Amino acid sequence: MAMAEAEVPGNKMTVKKVKFIITRQDEPESKSYIEEFELDYRPGMNVISALMEIQRNPVNGKGETTAPVCWESNCLEEVCGACSMVINGKPRQACAALVDQLEQPIRVEPMRTFPVVRDLVIDRTRMFNALKKVKAWIPIDGTYDLGPGPRMAEKKRQWAYELSKCMTCGVCLEACPNVNEKTNFMGPAAISQVRLFNAHPTGEMNAEERLDALMEDGGIEGCGNSQNCVVACPKGIPLTTSIAEMNKATTKHMFKRWLGV
Amino acid sequence: MTQVVHMLLLLQTILQMRKPKRDAQPRKGVHALMKGFYSRKLHSLLGVIPLGAFLLEHMVTNFAAVEGGSEGFREAVAFLNGLPLVLLLEIFGIWLPLLYHGVYGMYIAFQAKPNNGRFNTERNLRYLLQRITGVIAFAFVIWHVLETRVQVALGRVSHEELGGVMHDIVNQPIFFVLYLIGIVSAAFHFTNGLWSFLVSWGVTVGPRSQRVSSYICMGLFAIVSVMFIWSLIAFRDAEFQAGGTALLETVKALMA
Repeated sequence: MAMAEAEVPGNKMTVKKVKFIITRQDEPESKSYIEEFELDYRPGMNVISALMEIQRNPVNGKGETTAPVCWESNCLEEVCGACSMVINGKPRQACAALVDQLEQPIRVEPMRTFPVVRDLVIDRTRMFNALKKVKAWIPIDGTYDLGPGPRMAEKKRQWAYELSKCMTCGVCLEACPNVNEKTNFMGPAAISQVRLFNAHPTGEMNAEERLDALMEDGGIEGCGNSQNCVVACPKGIPLTTSIAEMNKATTKHMFKRWLGV
Repeated sequence: MTQVVHMLLLLQTILQMRKPKRDAQPRKGVHALMKGFYSRKLHSLLGVIPLGAFLLEHMVTNFAAVEGGSEGFREAVAFLNGLPLVLLLEIFGIWLPLLYHGVYGMYIAFQAKPNNGRFNTERNLRYLLQRITGVIAFAFVIWHVLETRVQVALGRVSHEELGGVMHDIVNQPIFFVLYLIGIVSAAFHFTNGLWSFLVSWGVTVGPRSQRVSSYICMGLFAIVSVMFIWSLIAFRDAEFQAGGTALLETVKALMA
């Protein structure tokens, strides 16, 4: 606040402006349109704080009052995955997109690989369906206490932890040229989760079920090796290594199934 | 009559024996599997064995034109045609795998939604090139086969005269350029495809091994391209001319 007060008296007329070009959509089935907004610059602002500003004062670039832009966000520290959107052509987390580091005007679009609910809000249900399909959990429920599970080697834990950082944000699916309306490829995120849960000493007990799921239609064979996912992932997860590791596991599983019967 | 009944009963027993093998797990897997995983795996395998292997063999045969001239090439072709059961080798080693790999490859290529503007990386560029060169190579191979192997099958040319046919084709500047494009596309598609084959079968897993295999595959791309182009230039030599000129008219008529 101190800074704002210092600025105001001297150069009230020449307040720095930030221009946003936002792709909007009123309803899931309606056509999208572009709306521009000009906001006062504030130090340290990010795309979310700009959207909050628009929410407070929903006036577009032409000076007309408009419906405030809808978006989703929770944690504001790049761990929840809710605020994924396409900013200046790159799918990423809006909370971590600092205005100072972005080229202007800033173009904001929804990740249209997913169904658009409204404006920047998208429906990522397909990702959760993929997680269900590959059984991305460890079944431990029973009628009695099964006691502690086997221990995990520290070395393994270290790389498995990296995979556990996945927040199902959908950026890897948006970046993948093989995830589109012409295919039913589940995308990199769920494949990497199979690697995570198959690495877990208890999860390993159901490893084959998860591999079977990866070998079904829309599974791992959909990967086209463009390797955009690993470039785009905001958590730096080695997605292409996970996919290749699962390629190895499913190949082995395939031969085992043929030769073992 | 009783024999038939016995056989039916036997068949029924066999069928019943098979049933309880799988537990309560629904069998929806089998059909879905054939649609996705296995068909894609087969596509990947056939691209290397036998198609990639045949491409390399073709390269070596062609190179005989560089090393041994017209006579050398004729001998190389004669050797290849002297292989036992050559027609079966052609059908199962080339035609059927080519048909499958080509048709399924078209399906893969047109399922892609390239985004190279957004992600301007080398790997993403190769993803796009793999699909473009695949389509070019498939069209080129069909054209090339129509001009050579199909002409032999129709009895218009003999295997010994193929050097002459090639001579007449590559001496036309447009066809020479089209052949260059086709050859480089096929070479890239095979060598880059070899790189993705190693990833898809889980041989190269980490980024370092994928980088190293990338260097090797691109080295192979350079070698294959140069050897094919060199052979193509060799076919332009006048010594291949004999017996070829009359055939050019047939090829031209076919193209028209």
